[in-house]
Amino acid sequence: MTTDTGILSFGAYIPRHRLQRSAIYAANAWFAGGLKGLAKGERATANWDEDALTMAVEAARDALEGFDRDELGSLSLASTSLPFIDRLNSGVVKEALTLKDATGAFDITGGQRVATSALIQAFAAAKGGAKPHLSLASEMRLSRPASEAELTQGDAAVGLLVGTGDVVAKFLGSHSTTIDFVDHFRMSGQDFDYTWESRWIRDEGYTGMIGSALKEAFAALDVRADAIDRFIVPITARGVAEGLAKRAGVKAEAVADRLAANVGETGVAHPFLLLAAALEEAKAGETIALIGFGQGVDVLLFEATGKAQSPRRGVRGSIARGAPTDNYMRWLFHRGNLMLDRGMRAEFDEKQPGTTLWRQRKAVLGLVGGRCTKTGTVQFPKSDISVNPNDSAVHTQEDYPLADKTAKVVTYTADSLTYSPAPPSYYGMIDFEGGGRMMAEITDADADDVEVGREVRMMFRIKAVDERRNFTKYFWKAVPVR
Amino acid sequence: MASGIKDKVAILGMGCAKFGERWDMNADSLMVEAYEEAIADAGIETSQIDAAWLGVAFDAVNIGPSGIPLATALRLNSVGVTKVENYCASGTESFRGAVYAVASGAADIALALGVEKLKDTGYGGLPVRTRGTTFDMTGITGSAPGQFAQLASAYRQQHGVSKEDLKRAIAHVSVKSHANGAKNPKAHLRKAVDMETVLNAPMIAEPLGLFDCCGVSDGAACAIVTTPEIARALGKKDLVTVKALQIATSNGWELQQGGGWNGSYFHTTRVAAEKAYKEAGVTDPRKQISLTEVHDCFSITELVTMEDLFLSKEGEGWKDVLDGVFDADGEVPCQIDGGLKCFGHPIGASGLRMIYENYLQLLGRAGERQRQTPPSLALSHNLGGMPNQNVSAVAIVGMADA
Repeated sequence: MTTDTGILSFGAYIPRHRLQRSAIYAANAWFAGGLKGLAKGERATANWDEDALTMAVEAARDALEGFDRDELGSLSLASTSLPFIDRLNSGVVKEALTLKDATGAFDITGGQRVATSALIQAFAAAKGGAKPHLSLASEMRLSRPASEAELTQGDAAVGLLVGTGDVVAKFLGSHSTTIDFVDHFRMSGQDFDYTWESRWIRDEGYTGMIGSALKEAFAALDVRADAIDRFIVPITARGVAEGLAKRAGVKAEAVADRLAANVGETGVAHPFLLLAAALEEAKAGETIALIGFGQGVDVLLFEATGKAQSPRRGVRGSIARGAPTDNYMRWLFHRGNLMLDRGMRAEFDEKQPGTTLWRQRKAVLGLVGGRCTKTGTVQFPKSDISVNPNDSAVHTQEDYPLADKTAKVVTYTADSLTYSPAPPSYYGMIDFEGGGRMMAEITDADADDVEVGREVRMMFRIKAVDERRNFTKYFWKAVPVR
Repeated sequence: MASGIKDKVAILGMGCAKFGERWDMNADSLMVEAYEEAIADAGIETSQIDAAWLGVAFDAVNIGPSGIPLATALRLNSVGVTKVENYCASGTESFRGAVYAVASGAADIALALGVEKLKDTGYGGLPVRTRGTTFDMTGITGSAPGQFAQLASAYRQQHGVSKEDLKRAIAHVSVKSHANGAKNPKAHLRKAVDMETVLNAPMIAEPLGLFDCCGVSDGAACAIVTTPEIARALGKKDLVTVKALQIATSNGWELQQGGGWNGSYFHTTRVAAEKAYKEAGVTDPRKQISLTEVHDCFSITELVTMEDLFLSKEGEGWKDVLDGVFDADGEVPCQIDGGLKCFGHPIGASGLRMIYENYLQLLGRAGERQRQTPPSLALSHNLGGMPNQNVSAVAIVGMADA
């Protein structure tokens, strides 16, 4: 056990659909022929039932694999695309992770580098003796159809567990600058970014501001630029990272891949995503420089310890589970950029009483069922009287979290009649390993990949949206194990 | 087990509105249409009715709450009217109320009426509705076909039946019911269909296609019941009596006990059937039951119900179906009136419609579709809810001397 402060573990989640950029371009070529140069590769797109919050939960679960969640002191969620402006998004994450109530939680938002800035503060807190902190970054930005952003951006979430001890990357220090450089902006209540000329951003923003900050950081932290082994610049614009490395004196081979070809630029989450990808490969002693950019610059330096246990999924696993799709229309619809005729069945009132959600928060947000302390019967939801027909024991149940149990499909259908944003709607009865059963929606399902006996795992997803009062309802769904 | 109510209650009269898309009719008029036939058949006056039960499932989208709509539509004589709702088993539930009232001696003559006005929904199929604020947070709303289609996935798995074989068997169920419905002037759907049409219809909820789903209809049905003694005193000669009436309700076991129910059958139907046979003194249902009306909301439901009613051996119902055992001229006809599939399914009315058909068949009044072998015991099975959570009602009626 060492007393280094740094990253204890990390995890990632990239949504499964990889929309082919050629499909986006093909639909828009008539209007925006200039996009042709960007029409290569694929971008990660969240499903209709995902958002920055649900993706953060998945990244958190990946990061916390094998970690005693009771040891966590606090968590934060950084994003510019959080579903709630005023309801603690990280508080929902806390419930989904079934963390104890005595856990701190806060949301961080307002710009593209807030995740790296929050991470610096988390390291400072850890050095001051704070309990481990889960630093989450997640992004699912909206982009206007036929915009460059549609092609260049992507959706992802990453979790970094910050603390002191056996770290996978030791935090060496950081340097930050703040300059109100408005390369793009988005006012409260607005869906889309407004972006200024890319040449100005490249010259004054990337080359100028990041270049200066790097010089200052290397001097302040007493690190030679050519000693950097992994140089992480979360900017996917062609040549920017290479140009910065060259000017700063960083080795060309140190420049980290930006995952532009197969994921896209994931906003606030992107520095974390590239750091996690680097940590999956970094050997002991390697020096890593991480940059955050947005109205100024954060430069963070790490030393890899080589102790990185690759998370169950991580970045590599997330990329591997990608499924290519050409369905641009579906994505437009799922992001609210295309109004399809959904029919009367979609008019169902999804009003959520605050009282019932509060009472049932463990079951709904945490997928916590009950286990009879007398017979061991596991059930969902928990109830006063056990479901066990041979012993209807009364008031014997203790909390029993089911979210991390795998399950098997017992019955299923593909329902084309019920309203679903992604028809047909797959759902069925599932039995959890170790007991417990429920009817569950099966999401991220492919035709011919759902059958009785199919293994599934649970994911925190959007259940429905109350469109009259603008409230997103969350619950757990089954996803085929891949 | 209680001794039951066998032969304690007789059916004095029954009526049934024409089922279908009754665009010109309110629920009130549908109730009156069924009632006029029933009261004429009973040969009594409205003032002789001591108590009434009203079965409606989707009250929010048609008649609204309470028993008042029935009392008002029929201008009942300020008697007690109870509205019951037990999903799609509401019709038999209303019958149970009236029958129990007579059996207990609380009423001499009681009325049960089921009604549903579904064609004011604005779209095909059943209206989407809440199942309560707690359920809605975690449960699956889904569609009715989606809920029942899951039977097929589990049935195939449990009994090693191929997708193709099961699809053909359930298609036979629908082809048979269409053939029967074509002979029924009150049926919603009166057109025969062939296997190819059924097999190639658009998919609604895998593996259920359009023709695997029953009609969603407007309609009403009515029963007037009394004691056998009063019925005879009123001049009735051929008496149809209630032999058994059982309802079983899921307690969450199917839905919540991991590794318990396997999803391929109706636990409640087996319980209700067993109790009903005992109450009626039936020991060999396949031989003793003359015909059945079952809750064929979907073709797969009818198929597995044949096993749950112990008319077919477990896992072999699909073969019996394909062998024509349940065809109109088969060993134990099922849905000789077209069933929910073609007579139609105005939810609250369906349980009573089944008993209505059994009553007509027993009395030899079923016209063109009359079973040639004179029936003596007829079973109706009325199911509410979905395979994993439901209310299963089994009613057996028969000739008083049977």
